[in-house]
Amino acid sequence: MNRNHISEQEVSMLLNDVLERYGYDFTEYAHASINRRVNHLFQLDRFPSFAEFRYRIIADAGYALRFVEEITVNVTEMFRDPQFYYMLRQQVLPVLATYPLIRIWHAGCSTGEEVYSFAILLKEANLLHKSVIYATDINTSVLEKGRTGIFPLSQMQQYSRNYMEAGGLHDFSSYYTANYEYAKFRQDLGEKIIFSPHNLVTDGSFNEFQLIICRNVLIYFNKTLQDKVLRLFGDSLEPLGFLALGSKESLNFTSVSGQFRQVDSKEKIWRKHHL
Amino acid sequence: MAMDTASRVVLIGGSAGGLQAILTLLPGLSPRLNAAVIIVLHRQSSADSVLAELLAVKTSLPVREAEEKEALLPGAIYIAPGDYHLLVETDHTLSLDYSEKVNFSRPSIDVTFSSAVGVFGAKTMAVLLSGANGDGVEGLGDVHEAGGITIVQDPDTAVVDFMPRHAIQAVPVDHVLVAADMASFINNFAGLMVG
Repeated sequence: MNRNHISEQEVSMLLNDVLERYGYDFTEYAHASINRRVNHLFQLDRFPSFAEFRYRIIADAGYALRFVEEITVNVTEMFRDPQFYYMLRQQVLPVLATYPLIRIWHAGCSTGEEVYSFAILLKEANLLHKSVIYATDINTSVLEKGRTGIFPLSQMQQYSRNYMEAGGLHDFSSYYTANYEYAKFRQDLGEKIIFSPHNLVTDGSFNEFQLIICRNVLIYFNKTLQDKVLRLFGDSLEPLGFLALGSKESLNFTSVSGQFRQVDSKEKIWRKHHL
Repeated sequence: MAMDTASRVVLIGGSAGGLQAILTLLPGLSPRLNAAVIIVLHRQSSADSVLAELLAVKTSLPVREAEEKEALLPGAIYIAPGDYHLLVETDHTLSLDYSEKVNFSRPSIDVTFSSAVGVFGAKTMAVLLSGANGDGVEGLGDVHEAGGITIVQDPDTAVVDFMPRHAIQAVPVDHVLVAADMASFINNFAGLMVG
């Protein structure tokens, strides 16, 4: 009955293989979640033994890519935590509005639902035309989905509720056209979004931003990697730029906490000090 | 371990009707309980910091919503936050995970039970309460396999009996108890902190 067929040591071996052969570094991810996902994949793909699983990953680059894509979490939704989006609307957008060009980095964007959510906020604040959103993820196939702007229609009822709770100004359905079981989001929303691969573990900064959004990504990293990525974010923000995290993520007790001040006591939005 | 993290863990999982059982059992827990307690309760995802406050009234032990990287300390009660799975690391710290729902649930009882028993082994006690779905039954089986103690709420006293009945059929259960009797079993299993 125990579903952990692959031990933590064996998982470490696989992560080392993937690092050495393919350059993807998961060795500083928190173990519990990775272990669970590796075991899940092992059973899903019905490998008879650990040795065969390992051999396939080493020998078959295509399968190694599947491994990378399956052990990273790609669950997301539009306007997740509506209060967070409400706070972005109230506290952050008025500041962004003062810039002639707004540069935003959405790191770990997965299939892009939250990126489109933020594009809608910008649209409603009449700021989207002067914004660029860089939406990045380690996983290239989720980025491909994000680029299409097509999401399952079955989710729209929930997303519409979230949108209303986030202070949405219009009829949510005006942002997409329904086609069979899919909702395709309006082209003008996607025009300012650049989907591009970026690996937070190995890649550096590529611009300076006024807002970095990275939600439910840091929870998968160990403390060392969290600190490293937060330093990357700190270095990639303009003075007085904003950093927005997931609802259970925090800058408290991290190496960068001294550089930031939390904007609101509840929502996880910080602002970089002027230095 | 740097700090003295818990060496034993008590896992409590519930769904519909589970809250009532938890409110009944909490007052009986010893203030010197020598185990960490993890509670996974299915509920609507929003406005759930209320749950910790609700439970805190019923016990002198500290109750808090679990934070990622937080160390499991003896005599403390940790609640799985809404809409995240709660996992346990080998260094006795907690991890959060926003992956797919399991048994239509996030947090999932199975996920936390299996993860925790993978770390604490036989030093695990798992309690499955009232509920309308099967989440928690596999995890309870993992606890049994590892040599831990399994407890299920007496289905006749559960608000919704599906979950406890299913567990009793599927897993060798050590004790079938009414909620009011659970605290003394938990106290005995955990032992008392000295001093």
